[in-house]
Amino acid sequence: MIKVQDLTKRYARTIAVDNISFEVEKGQIVGFLGPNGAGKTTTMRVLTCYLPPTTGTATVAGFDVLENPLEVKRHIGYLPETPPLYPEMEVSEYLVFVGRLKGIGAADVARRVGEVTERCAIGDVRTKLIGKLSKGYRQRVGLAQAIIHNPDVLVLDEPTAGLDPKQIIETRDLIRHLAGDHTIILSTHILSEVEHSCDRVVIINKGKLVATDSVENLTNRLRGSEAIALEVASSNGPLDLAQVQQRLEQVSGVSRVVPRDAKDGRLGFEVESQQGRQVRGDLARAVVNSGWNLHELRAVGLSLEDIFLQLTAAEKSVAQKEGGQ
Amino acid sequence: MSNIWIICRKELKSYFASPIAYLLMAFFALIFGFGFFTATRDFVRFGFMSQMQGRTQPMNVNEMVIRPLLGFASTVALFLIPMITMRLFAEEKKTGTIELLMTSPVRDLEVILGKWFGALLLYACVLGMSAINIALLFAFGKPDWKPILVGYLGLLLQGGTLLAIGAFISTLTKNQIIAGGVTFFVCLLLWLLSWFTAFDSTGYGQVVNYLSIVTHFEGFAKGVLDSKDVIFYLSMIFFGLFITSRAMESLRWRA
Repeated sequence: MIKVQDLTKRYARTIAVDNISFEVEKGQIVGFLGPNGAGKTTTMRVLTCYLPPTTGTATVAGFDVLENPLEVKRHIGYLPETPPLYPEMEVSEYLVFVGRLKGIGAADVARRVGEVTERCAIGDVRTKLIGKLSKGYRQRVGLAQAIIHNPDVLVLDEPTAGLDPKQIIETRDLIRHLAGDHTIILSTHILSEVEHSCDRVVIINKGKLVATDSVENLTNRLRGSEAIALEVASSNGPLDLAQVQQRLEQVSGVSRVVPRDAKDGRLGFEVESQQGRQVRGDLARAVVNSGWNLHELRAVGLSLEDIFLQLTAAEKSVAQKEGGQ
Repeated sequence: MSNIWIICRKELKSYFASPIAYLLMAFFALIFGFGFFTATRDFVRFGFMSQMQGRTQPMNVNEMVIRPLLGFASTVALFLIPMITMRLFAEEKKTGTIELLMTSPVRDLEVILGKWFGALLLYACVLGMSAINIALLFAFGKPDWKPILVGYLGLLLQGGTLLAIGAFISTLTKNQIIAGGVTFFVCLLLWLLSWFTAFDSTGYGQVVNYLSIVTHFEGFAKGVLDSKDVIFYLSMIFFGLFITSRAMESLRWRA
């Protein structure tokens, strides 16, 4: 559905987007992750034909952004960071205007406006002036204008920015519901949002592509093994750190035991297992059979935050690591 | 084609949703009314005086009242045009709605034409305030309506030119005040050009005089529909809208 190849956008003194390539299949939700200033908004603007690329190509639904911008624009619904609203218009009046602008005929537009009003839960404020709406409602009106012409692709730039937690959950649900019918690209720097909403992640830093994969695969790639957090408590008398650590290291399949802090006289460890080995059961038995209390045992996956920080701090793109330019 | 109309309607609704349209119409009605009062009063006085002095020459309402009034209207309107055009693009740039217009399946030219047309219709409404006064003349006399129509056509063409230039200036900045101020100075300059070069017989002066938008209006005021004047205004409108479209295209290349 969306294909970006060697996309570069250069301004007089800066390179905003540097040689980015990625693909998005139909019906997927892709998260565009990156720190502020990474080039997310610029890439989205190129996709929506707002800005022309300096070099490289971008195609949406088979149409090239430079050769066929009108067709691309018909297939995309775009919600910029600040929703493009006219404060002096009423909500329904505005949606009718945008609907007509996007090519919906005069006969169908009223019906479509009704449908998106319901979908985005803005029925209560239908006759209110946009200038008088709260941020949450404005965001929803912005989302309504993005989906009103039922585009194949939705490009959402920080759709939950500035919303309160309840509104964030509602917006995420709405986006998740839209997923099957539409292909969605959503940009954010809130990692949990990507974890919850997206099938795939494209990580960008300083204009360069850092990684692109599904959340699961990324986790597995960067962390070759399973990690387990363990807390051991004493049943009678103080514990000896070295003794406990040694006992844990003896469990078969364990590759490394790293002590961690724990409260109230307990000992905490992070146990790394060898590739593909399940060691939880053996660890539990080892602790209990040695006469200690097993206080806590849980798996520690690599969170997206760790991946993000690791990848962006490394200052090397994955492509470079794998022997690319 | 219908896109132009959609944008034109939105622009008109925006104008009439804010005080600007009403303020302009009221202001113009007031000032024109004043001029109209003065012109007709002097006309009547002159009529009395010439009667008392025994000079009964035919007095022409068209020539003595309407023509100068149309010129007066064009001068006043000249200074109202910056207020109409200043928000055309500057506000869209400031609020970010220009991004909506430029990422929707409409051509840039359709946006520009729609906005310019909306501004022209507002200008026509403002001029309409003067039509009320002039219509009164028909109740008390027999002025010739054809030159009046030609006069209004000239006013619209002249206004259209300045609106196109004003639209271009509006694309250059996010600040409406700056856009309005610069448009005002440009209109003033174009107006003064005719003053300064009216009696200049050098080649250079004649060229500049020809370029002045006021010079070409004189024909319309007399009721003469001269094709060279119409073509002049249409060319200037085309030029103004063309540079506006180039400026809008350039927005895509700037940061």
